[in-house]
Amino acid sequence: MILDLEQFIRNGRPLWSELETILTRMETEPRWRPTLAEATRLHYLYERAAADLGRLATFASEPMTRRYLESLVARAYGEIHEARDTSMRFRPATQFLREFPRAFRRHLRWFAWSAVISLAGVLFGAMALVLDPDSRHATMAYGHDRQTPSERVHQEETGAPSGVGGSQARFAGFLMTHNLRVSLTTLALGMTGGLGTVISLFYNGVILGSVAADYINDGQSAFLAGWILPHGTIEIPAILIAGQAGLLLGAALIGRGSRDPLRLRLAAIRSDLLTLITGITGLLIWAGLVEGFFSQYHEPAVPYALKIAFGLLELLLLILFLTRCGRDNPRSPTKHPLTTDH
Amino acid sequence: MPPSHTSLLRLRTPEGIAFDLPLAGPVSRLVAWMLDALIIALLCSVIGALFSAVGWLLPDLAAGVMLIAFFVSQFGYAILLEWRWRGQTLGKRLMRLRVVDATGHKLHLSQIVLRNLLRTVDVLPGSYLIGGLACCLTPRAQRLGDLAANTVVIREPRMEQPDLTQLLAGRFNSLRSRPHLCARLRQEVPPAEAAIALQALLRRDELDPVSRARLFAELATRFRDRVAFPEDLTEGLSDEQYVRAATDLLYGGPGGGDRR
Repeated sequence: MILDLEQFIRNGRPLWSELETILTRMETEPRWRPTLAEATRLHYLYERAAADLGRLATFASEPMTRRYLESLVARAYGEIHEARDTSMRFRPATQFLREFPRAFRRHLRWFAWSAVISLAGVLFGAMALVLDPDSRHATMAYGHDRQTPSERVHQEETGAPSGVGGSQARFAGFLMTHNLRVSLTTLALGMTGGLGTVISLFYNGVILGSVAADYINDGQSAFLAGWILPHGTIEIPAILIAGQAGLLLGAALIGRGSRDPLRLRLAAIRSDLLTLITGITGLLIWAGLVEGFFSQYHEPAVPYALKIAFGLLELLLLILFLTRCGRDNPRSPTKHPLTTDH
Repeated sequence: MPPSHTSLLRLRTPEGIAFDLPLAGPVSRLVAWMLDALIIALLCSVIGALFSAVGWLLPDLAAGVMLIAFFVSQFGYAILLEWRWRGQTLGKRLMRLRVVDATGHKLHLSQIVLRNLLRTVDVLPGSYLIGGLACCLTPRAQRLGDLAANTVVIREPRMEQPDLTQLLAGRFNSLRSRPHLCARLRQEVPPAEAAIALQALLRRDELDPVSRARLFAELATRFRDRVAFPEDLTEGLSDEQYVRAATDLLYGGPGGGDRR
């Protein structure tokens, strides 16, 4: 008990108050940047508060003062020792047009795995339907098993649409949010070490495979292509990219072949995950609009050839976008717009 | 080891100073989440009412935009507030909780977005079962979203500057007339016991009269057993006054002399 606590508090109070005022300003005004003199003063005040905390911890056991100083030092520590880019500005256009294709290419291996798993699901769904037609009730979702493909095509082509007439915007809104939810779940299931993502991708593949096989089996391939391609060429890659992000997350969790601790492995992929999510959101908004306002119109209103051509054109543009956009210009080094988290 | 409600996040600065942040337990986080869920439900009701009011003009477009607005509210509420309020939503603010970086650094936007988007797996299979279990089983009470984003949720009790001057200063302390006994008292009383006496004095008005009398009697006995001051100095002092005088010696430092 060799610390005169009363005097200690009396001496420290003005400096602590000054530090508290600066910290409050920094917290309430994120855009405020201190001058060199202010930054130097902040650092001095932080060191004084830290030293006071050290003295208090060594020479006295008064918890109230200690807790107060701990909270002050913790706040100042976060401000002073932050070495990452602390820009709070989020530029979605740059994020989507430049960073998204880059992040996609950086982790292309996981996209390939995502595609292979989905393809396995597609084959399983198709085989199940061919070998056991009754399985359509188990493998088809969203009410596709309620009527045969021929019945639906007849209904659509004779002017009795399947239920979205007059409510395209509502349908598009539903599709966007639903597909985003599916994609986010597929990504988030990466936290199961990737197993949940694999199951989700496989299941989505099974649904797609069984529906496709059902229409092909029934001789409705042209309708199927005209119906699926306009939105599917964007929506399906978006879900595969969600799977890519989920597998990337799972791989970081498992950390096979890496000596880094879990914290560093996750920090290394965090900004890429965010970039992929931004990209997936952009793609699914477009896919939702196309599905709501275009895919549901069939012959004779819109020729299948036109719909198929539109879908293939979208696919070509998507491939070009993902493989070409965001390539580095060696003369202008770029900075990540959202974060540099390493 | 499952964390208890007293779990602490210990951080050490490059200057060698260590400090602790109290981690929030699953129950307080659950209450904060329920408050937030209520606010989101209210927000969705307001959006619904708003779009119903203007929906007569373009009913289909209004319905589509409303669906998207619901979705954005559900995910955007926590992201926006935790970003603007440095790790706090309304529910967390009411419960005095805050999301912070697990290394003590500033919370980053990417961390906020990731921890909130990964909520989709924390809520599985329902009622936050996975997130709740993870929170109970991880040493720093983290749900899966927190693990991925390297964040923790801490308790943030109201912090005000300590004011001991009203308690200790400006009063005559008869015990100070025996400096050698004062020095022995400082030597004999362990820090934990001194801290208990100080806290008892700081919180004495919160105690009911019987408990207050009993507590100070016990503390006074302990101090008297350690160092016996002459009776002429302690005569007429109640147990509480005795404890206050002794605590003044313990925390007032060796700079002696009577203070008036």
